[in-house]
Parts: sequence; C-alpha cells; structure tokens
Amino acid sequence: MTPVLYRVRSRRPDRVDTVTLTLEPVRGDCPPFLPGQFTMLYAPGVGEIPVSISGRSRSGGYAQTIRAVGAVSAALCGKRPGEVVGVRGPYGHGWGVPAAAGLDVVVAAGGLGIAPLRPVVRALLAARDRYGRISVIAGARSPATLVYPRELARWARQGADVQVIVDHPDHAWHGPVGLVTRLIDRIVFEPRRTHAFVCGPEAMMRATAEELVRRGVAPGRVELSLERNMKCAVVRCGHCQFGPLFVCEDGPVLRYDQAGPMLAVAEL
Amino acid sequence: MDAVVIESLEPLIAELRSRGFAVVGPVVRDGAIRFEEIASAGRLPRGVTDDQDPGRYRLRETGDEMIFSFAASPDSAKRYTQPPRQVLFRMRGERIEEAEEEAPRIALLGVRACDLAAIGVQDRVFLGGRHPDPAYRLRREALLLIAVNCAVPGGTCFCVSMGTGPRVTAGHDLALTELAAPHRFLVEIGSERGEEIVRALPYAPAPARDLADAEEVSRTAAGRMGRHVETEGIQERLSAHDSPRWQQVGARCLTCANCTMVCPTCFCTTVEDSTSLADGTAERAERWDSCFTLGFSEVNGTPVRSSNPGRYRQWLTHKFSTWIDQFGMSGCVGCGRCITWCPVGIDVTEELANLP
Ligand SMILES: Cc1cc2nc3c(=O)[nH]c(=O)nc-3n(C[C@H](O)[C@H](O)[C@H](O)COP(=O)(O)OP(=O)(O)OC[C@H]3O[C@@H](n4cnc5c(N)ncnc54)[C@H](O)[C@@H]3O)c2cc1C
Ligand code: SF4
Ligand code: SF4
Ligand code: FES
Repeated sequence: MTPVLYRVRSRRPDRVDTVTLTLEPVRGDCPPFLPGQFTMLYAPGVGEIPVSISGRSRSGGYAQTIRAVGAVSAALCGKRPGEVVGVRGPYGHGWGVPAAAGLDVVVAAGGLGIAPLRPVVRALLAARDRYGRISVIAGARSPATLVYPRELARWARQGADVQVIVDHPDHAWHGPVGLVTRLIDRIVFEPRRTHAFVCGPEAMMRATAEELVRRGVAPGRVELSLERNMKCAVVRCGHCQFGPLFVCEDGPVLRYDQAGPMLAVAEL
Repeated sequence: MDAVVIESLEPLIAELRSRGFAVVGPVVRDGAIRFEEIASAGRLPRGVTDDQDPGRYRLRETGDEMIFSFAASPDSAKRYTQPPRQVLFRMRGERIEEAEEEAPRIALLGVRACDLAAIGVQDRVFLGGRHPDPAYRLRREALLLIAVNCAVPGGTCFCVSMGTGPRVTAGHDLALTELAAPHRFLVEIGSERGEEIVRALPYAPAPARDLADAEEVSRTAAGRMGRHVETEGIQERLSAHDSPRWQQVGARCLTCANCTMVCPTCFCTTVEDSTSLADGTAERAERWDSCFTLGFSEVNGTPVRSSNPGRYRQWLTHKFSTWIDQFGMSGCVGCGRCITWCPVGIDVTEELANLP
C-alpha cells in the first residue's frame, strides 16, 4: 500500500482540462504493464486515484492521461516536470488483445475512455497484418475535449479506420454529431468474426455493447472497462465491489457476457 | 495435555501480564459490556447479564458469581485485528517512510466461538488472497486468544445456523467453560502457546464430571438461540434483486452504518490524506468505512448506490451471498450484533426469511 516515487518527466496538456504526464521511477525500473491496466496515482498530501496507463513513453516510463475533475486529479494535472508523485501498480486485468488475432477489431471509446484503449490500438497497429479490419470510433462531448487528435490522425495513416463524433459541435465541426453508437453504421466489420474493446461512461458502454451484440458480435468477444470507486486496488478496502467481483482485481476489463447481466441491475 | 480445571482467573491474568501481554477483557462501561485492558480479574463483570433484542441492549444484574453470563458485545476482536484508524505512511520531502508497524502483544480474554469464526473470516480476507496484508499478519500473530464457551446466548444470536458456535472448536489458544457450584473453569488447550501458559498455573486435571458439565453448558446454549437463518439456498434467495422487500427495508433503514461498525467481519476501509503545516510532511491513514455511506461508491460525482434500498441490498447480499463467491465462506458468523445495535431494529434473519 506504500507508493513508489516517480518523477514527472514531461507534461503535455491535451485539451481544456486534460493533461498527459510521463512518469519515471526516481530509483530502479518501471515495471511492465498490459494494455488496460491502471496505477494508483498519489498526489502527495492530497490523495490517490486510479488512472489507466495510456502508453509507455519513449524513455520507458508510463504515460498517463488525467482529466481534472476534483481535488486529486487537479493536483496531478498541475504537476510540473521534475516534481514527484507516488505510483502503485500496475493493477487489474487488462484487455484481451491476443484474443483478437485473426479477427476484425472494433475499438470504441467515449470521452477519456480512449486513454486505456490507446495501448490497445498501438499494439494492434504494431502487428497490423495479424488482424483483419481495425476500426477506431471515438466520441467526445465537444471538438475541444477530444483527446489525442493528432494520434487519431496517425492511426488512420497506419491502417485503421478512424471515426470521430461529438455531442456538441462548434462552428468549425463538419463531422458527425451524436452518440458513439451512431458510428457503428459507418464502419465495416464482419460481426461473427469481430472482437471489440469498449471504454467510456457506463451508459455508452452498454449501448455500444448491445448494438454490437445485436449485429451478431458474440457477447464473449465484447470487452468493457468498468469504473468503480477504488481506494486500495488490492482487494482490501471493499470499495470497488460489483456483485461477486472486485473491479480492482477481477477487472477493470470484463467481458460483456459476464458484466452485461450485472450492469442491467440498478445500483449493483 | 488434556483439559484442566482452574479455580480462578487471577493467576492466568497475572501469568499473561508477566509474559508481556496486555490482557484485554470484558468490563462494564457506559451501560454495556465493553472490551478494555484489565490488570486483574476483579474488573470482569461478575453477576451481570445482557438482554438483547432488535434495537435493544440492556444490562441486568443476576446476583450470582458468574462472570461470563452475557453474549456478544458491541466491541469485537476486529478492533485489535484491524484497528479503526492506522497510519500507513508519511512523506517527508522526496522520501516516503512506511509507518512503524506496532503489533502489541494482546491477550484477548472472553472471545466467543462466533468471534473466533469472524477472525477466521478476516484471515481469509487479509491473508488468503493474492495480496496478503503484512500489517494484519503482524497484529494477528501478536494476538493470543482465550475463548469462552457461551452459556447464555443473546436474543439476537444465531451462530448455530451459521455453523460457528456456540462451542469453541478451532482458532483458540485456550477455551474456558465457566462452571458453577463450586465456581471454576474448565480449560481446553488449543495451541502450544496455550499449553505453555497453563503449565505455569495452579491447575488440576479435569475430572470426567467437569467435562460432561462443560458439554452440557454448550448443549443448553445451542438450544437457546434467539434466532435462526435457513442457509440452504441462500444465494438463490439473495439473487432476487428486485424483490419489493428491498424497498420496504430500505424505507426503514437510516443508513447510519451502525450495523457495519459492530460487525466483526465487515472489513471495508477508506483512506485519509493530510499534510502537516508544522513540518510539511504528508500522511496517509486508513480507517473503517461503510457501504452505507453515500461517498462509498461514488464515481463520476454520483454514487453507484444512491438509494437506501440499494445500499441495504448491497450489504445483506455481500454478507450472505457474494462473500461466498469471493472468499468461499459466508461473511456472517451469526453474532447478532447488527440486529441488536440497529437503531430501528432491522433484523437480518427476518429480512432473509422474507425474501422469496
Ligand atoms: C480503473 C480506472 C481507471 C481510470 N482511468 C482514468 C484515466 O485514465 N484518466 C482519468 O482522468 N481518470 C481515470 N479514472 C477516473 C479517476 O480515477 C477519477 O476521475 C478520479 O478518481 C477523480 O478523483 P478526484 O479526487 O480528482 O475527484 P473527486 O474529488 O473524487 O471528485 C470531485 C468531483 O469531480 C467530479 N468527478 C469525479 N470523477 C469524475 C470523472 N471520472 N468524470 C467526471 N467528473 C468526475 C464529480 O463531480 C466529483 O464530485 C479511472 C478510474 C478507474 C476506476
Ligand atoms: S452480519 Fe450481523 S450477525 Fe452476521 S457477523 Fe455481522 S454483525 Fe454478526
Ligand atoms: S440496517 Fe440499521 S444499523 Fe444498519 S445502516 Fe440501516 S438503520 Fe443503520
Ligand atoms: S479497490 Fe479496494 S477492494 Fe478493490
């Protein structure tokens, strides 16, 4: 439960309220991680929150993309290069990337849900010929809150079909408007031979998973990443209970055949 | 060494203290049986019993010389296995110091079978998984458990239903059965540590009659359970997520968290971070938390379980059903504390019985 000190190596504001930090251990090596895993990030004296690892930086550290929504996330977003934070982890079960081999892949992100999916897309594109069609669909509240716009463009150049939609367009926006599920019409995939990775607000994940399943994707081939309140991340504090599961250890990534029935129960 | 008989607890307490144990036992305080450090057997609650019913706890004098004529008290061993608040670490500049792990040697006197079972549940939670808690292990190893076989179960007890009592069978260093006329204690040995301590006391081998009397105490106690739970098919019954019962009990529940605070197995905690203005150090502490609070499940600014029925259902379902999925055992040991200490007298056994 004691964090290890990491130093902020770089800080890149992504959008209005979002920052990507790269972190390196003050001493020793940065442990490996699987796409979809998270760390507990500690802003000294302020608090600790779960944050997904959004990539490995060029120097070998973790990249983590944080949206300032409260005291801890704001304190972390304010950290400058050279300052220290505490890191525990990586924790949790990541995405089942190997299970997608040989299939069409749909990656669907809502809002900051793109952060834990970024290592997935990078892994898919790094072995491009191992997969069928790769589609990335991303939704944002407004064009200004869309994260990683340059990287999305790069993914398109590297052979992914990248589609973006916003809830609230501004005058410069010419793309589609609405919910992420609308983009499912715009991508090409063969449902029975498709694996999907979905992350975003719970309502978005349910709607997306339902739509994919309705089109014939097997519920066991749709993976979601859940968010629950977390304090310990090591199955001791009880906060992340989700029916019989602890999201910190049994998740955050769960298959829709497992999570779907439980997500349908209000207040579980 | 088989069972022995001792005439008084005074030499036992003295022996434990001379071995460096703080002896923690039951005393009368604030109109209840509480647990605190004692120096002599004179502090133990002689001639007192408790009446326990849903939302009701009263002490009553019996006028006899018996010391352990009461049932579960608001305190449980959890206070010593998992303290209500503990500092985890301090950060000074760019250095993190782990909290000095204090594990005082404590002899808990008067622990009941249900409470030993509760410690067994905690052992599974804190030591049985993939991330064992070293601080818990230290505290646990420093704990000596001197159990007492229940003679007078409370009106809210149901350990027989949960298979945890009333007779002590495992997890103890010593187990006492209090016998009357003449007043004496049958001592059964549960561990090598326990045996070593008994060898240092004035004792007599137990005659067959005392062994039979002790058996009779437990048999009588088992027949006097205040309550009962049908555990057969309990997980199926608790899968009725939309039973109207949840609305009814939720309408009564004050979400005060009392039931979780007195429960010997409820393990949920939260953390508090603070900084000292004096020396600039940052500190992180862990303290008991409860799934009945709104903030417990908050994500994205809204609690996952915002309604009273939702939170009550989470608690009951966890205790009696999902705990089994998670840890292979029930999270309830039948001590009845949550029933007694619920200000509105919500009774888990009644709620379970009324599910479809
Ligand atoms: C497995 C997992 C992975 C996560 N990965 C990331 C990640 O990569 N990047 C990231 O930024 N966050 C991530 N989160 C969410 C992040 O942990 C929370 O946003 C954070 O705990 C908020 O803490 P806080 O102390 O800053 O805000 P709090 O003090 O807890 O909240 C203050 C207020 O902010 C609002 N708020 C809180 N959380 C959110 C939220 N998520 N979205 C919108 N409003 C909110 C609410 O109105 C709340 O009342 C993840 C969570 C989990 C469980
Ligand atoms: S749920 Fe109630 S009866 Fe069961 S162990 Fe907890 S306090 Fe005791
Ligand atoms: S069940 Fe009773 S003790 Fe528990 S939270 Fe509700 S009112 Fe409080
Ligand atoms: S975060 Fe503490 S149990 Fe999962």
